[in-house]
Amino acid sequence: MSQVPLSHILIVSTALFFIGMYGLFTRRNMITMLMSVELILNSVNINFVAFNKYLYPAQLEGVFFTLFIIAIAAAEAAVAIAIFINLYRNFHSIDVEGTGEMKF
Amino acid sequence: MPNYAYIVLIPLLPLAGFVVLGLFGRRYFRRFSGIIGTALGLVAAGLALWVAYGYFFDWGKLNGAYRPIIATDVPWLTFSSGLSIDMSIVLDPISVMMIVVVTFVSLMVHIFSLGYMKGEERFATYYAFLGLFTFSMLGLVLSGNLFETYIFWELVGCSSFLLIGYYYDRPTAVAAAKKAFIVTRFADLGFLIGILILSFHAETLDIRTLIHRLAEPGPQLTSITTASFLGISALSWGLILVFVGGAGKSALFPLHIWLPDAMEGPTPVSALIHAATMVVAGVYLVARLYPVYVYAGPAVLQVVLYVGAVSAFLAAIIACTQTDIKRVLAYSTMSQIGYMMFALGTWRPDGEAAGLGYTASMFHLFTHAFFKALLFLCAGVIIHRVHSNEMKDMGGLRKLLPLTHICFLVGCLAIAGIPPFSGFFSKEDILLAAWHANKLVYGIGLFTSGLTAFYMFKLYFSIFWGRPVQDAGGHHGEAPMTLKIPLVILALGAIFAGWVPFSRLVTYNGLPQESHGIGVFAIAPVTLAIIGVLIAGYLYRRESGRPARAAAAMGGLYRVAYHKFYIDEVYSFITKKIIFNFIGRPAAWIDRNIVDGLMNLLATVIARISAGIKGVQSGRVQDYVLYFFAGIAGLAVLFIYIYT
Repeated sequence: MSQVPLSHILIVSTALFFIGMYGLFTRRNMITMLMSVELILNSVNINFVAFNKYLYPAQLEGVFFTLFIIAIAAAEAAVAIAIFINLYRNFHSIDVEGTGEMKF
Repeated sequence: MPNYAYIVLIPLLPLAGFVVLGLFGRRYFRRFSGIIGTALGLVAAGLALWVAYGYFFDWGKLNGAYRPIIATDVPWLTFSSGLSIDMSIVLDPISVMMIVVVTFVSLMVHIFSLGYMKGEERFATYYAFLGLFTFSMLGLVLSGNLFETYIFWELVGCSSFLLIGYYYDRPTAVAAAKKAFIVTRFADLGFLIGILILSFHAETLDIRTLIHRLAEPGPQLTSITTASFLGISALSWGLILVFVGGAGKSALFPLHIWLPDAMEGPTPVSALIHAATMVVAGVYLVARLYPVYVYAGPAVLQVVLYVGAVSAFLAAIIACTQTDIKRVLAYSTMSQIGYMMFALGTWRPDGEAAGLGYTASMFHLFTHAFFKALLFLCAGVIIHRVHSNEMKDMGGLRKLLPLTHICFLVGCLAIAGIPPFSGFFSKEDILLAAWHANKLVYGIGLFTSGLTAFYMFKLYFSIFWGRPVQDAGGHHGEAPMTLKIPLVILALGAIFAGWVPFSRLVTYNGLPQESHGIGVFAIAPVTLAIIGVLIAGYLYRRESGRPARAAAAMGGLYRVAYHKFYIDEVYSFITKKIIFNFIGRPAAWIDRNIVDGLMNLLATVIARISAGIKGVQSGRVQDYVLYFFAGIAGLAVLFIYIYT
């Protein structure tokens, strides 16, 4: 079984990244925006793992870095959800359009 | 080598009094604070007398000459190996003489104040301030480092300020305190610059080393005499500026304007600070640096000579016309300090009179401290009794105040220079020195001594003779014992201080001089003094129209002198009309329009810019995301550009 070439994996991660970005820009719902951020983070994870595996198979730094990113993503999700709850209490919605008064 | 460390106690005891009374006096021992202060003063005076006795008669001499002794020397601020500010105590004839005068007069004033200030609200504070003053003055006279002198110099000015403004609920006292502080501060600036010039070139602040380097040929002397500004060498500038500082503190013309106003303070304070001790600090300062003055040549000493002579003369004329007894005494103080100053200016490099002026000046300082303190304390008793400073409220007091009458008479005779009272001897020496140096100044001095006798006896006759005033009542007897004792002691001092063989003790080079005999030379001043006394008696002994007629005959001169030669008016014209209008107002305009304007401009510009860019912070999360990614993209492009 021939190995999947690195470029394929990079295409997947790039696609994932831009899908995430698209979601981040177009969605108005905070939860979907958070999901988009997670997509971006995962695209980065894939890159790390792929580069580690293909370029430096003897080392493990890329994999460890991925683990850190997953942990940070979890923490970030917790913080983001706390923000959503507060937002909902104040505006009765988690739509980002409603937060326009948090300016200047 | 004996141990001199105990000498530190002399200034430190009054300091302890200041700290204890200042911190706890008002709360814990209000009634005893006077006793505490006086007891400390007594110990200090005893120690000072003991030191003086030892110095002059026991251990002070080396090979027949009085040598300076460094009792303590504590390095305090060391800038470099040569330049440091030390807290040192130096004993030499003039400093030993001064500590005796300062502690003795201070003790008398402490005792006098026990009765005079009794029942005052801030009794303990008063004694605390007296302690502070005594400490600073002793520190000033004992210091062996020029900067240390300056520190104590300012402390003395500060305690003088505090005591002039003692009655701080009187606007005149507050104004007088401010005036004294500002005028002397102005002069002290000169002193500071003078110190900096001298120490910069001499590369030391230690007075002995400084004298050694600037009064003998050497690299430092070459440096200071070659450097010049406006055609005058740096040495002369430094010495003149130091003299300006001394002139401010010693109330010499034209910086004397604060002294008469300083009489707003309590009378014992006037006796201590503004008659006997602090105001002679300027004379003392010049005497301290005297070898440098002498070596610098006659020009600077000529300044000292003429400023002193003019002050002595002007003050005597003004004193003739004043009606407030304390002001008369203040002007007479100024006049006597003028005497001391011009005596210092009479150095002659040759002949028998060399150094005569120095001894005479210090001698007059010594005797003046006694009789002027005596006169002020007598004035204190009189004011205590009649509750007024004005001569017109007094008269015929010799029956009411017999002891004060005698003491005041002694003081007047001493200051007028009638033998055998103390002022005669010292004034005689000064006039002799002036005779050898400068005939014009001798003439001024001679005439001034006649005037002195006149105005002092005018004061005496107006107060104690003439029509008796109504007794203000409420008092029994003349005065309490605490007021009488200092009077008697000081009167004895005023009588006998002249018999101290001063020319053997305090001389320019430390070697005893032969005291010259009192001969025909004394005839002229004594005759003039007696004439002055007789004129005063003729005019003021009985109530008559004579003084008014005499004043009318003098016409303009009397009026001008009565208004103190309009010097105060000149000062207020200069400050209010010229400095305020031509410097103050433009400065205020610049401050308001240019300095403030720049700040306002800056604020406005920043407000505008922030108003312009604050729209970026729109509150829409997706805008922020956009900026974020744009920023990252921008950075990515930048890095790619840099690293490839």
